[in-house]
Amino acid sequence: MELVVHTHTFELADASRWSVLDVAGELDVLAAPELRQHVMSAVSKGQHHLVLDLSGVDFIDSFGLGVLIGSLKRVRLLGGDLRLVVTEPRVRRVLELCDLDRVFTLHYDLADVGPGS
Amino acid sequence: MTDHLASFTPGHIVLEIPAATEYVSFVRVVVAAAAEIEPDISVERIEDLRLAVSEAATNAINAHSRAGSDHRVRIECNLADDEVVVIVHDEGTGFDPSSVAALPEPEDPARLFHESGLGVKLMEMLADESEITSDEHGTDVKLVVYSSKRRREG
Repeated sequence: MELVVHTHTFELADASRWSVLDVAGELDVLAAPELRQHVMSAVSKGQHHLVLDLSGVDFIDSFGLGVLIGSLKRVRLLGGDLRLVVTEPRVRRVLELCDLDRVFTLHYDLADVGPGS
Repeated sequence: MTDHLASFTPGHIVLEIPAATEYVSFVRVVVAAAAEIEPDISVERIEDLRLAVSEAATNAINAHSRAGSDHRVRIECNLADDEVVVIVHDEGTGFDPSSVAALPEPEDPARLFHESGLGVKLMEMLADESEITSDEHGTDVKLVVYSSKRRREG
């Protein structure tokens, strides 16, 4: 299934603005470079506080995980941050198996993304 | 249900795909559909197998790409009454599974400098048995998922 990415902004309680990338599809070896491109594009526009909303992702492989890690590294180096919204149990399980729930802040809903979370 | 289990006929499926990542999703679909024929494997375990096989097929395709081979990658699926065995075979130049670098702890900032290295780890964690046999002529990855009954019986 083709990866679909939509970008919008989201304002937190502290009035900070985060760029949200809604991602849908299978985040696998084929789709991972496409997501990387979307993240790079956001970062190049000065958007260093990102939320990747993976609610529409029903499959992720090690290449998808690699893009998430690379994206976090990129924004952290620029003083930003990256949060993940993960609702699909299968995707959450893969992140947990790889201990990435200890690397990323995982949220169940965009509304749960708080300033200090 | 018992009658259904007793009447289950073991099967053998062979899939040969062009060595291109466009075919990985196809492999996932076929292997998951094949595993569903085995009546006593849970949906969760089929999902685990789907990801493990996807990782193995991706590695095989990349191995052909690195070796400049236009040969097909072969995926065998053996269905028995208490397990599904998948073997992914490539004709790449081989690799040493022990050479996969250990990853820093999740809380270590250095963890972010390792984007790869999770594929083999995932295969090992997701399958009930996994075995990688590799030499300079290619690599075989064997992934086994047990039936629910066999898992219960340990």
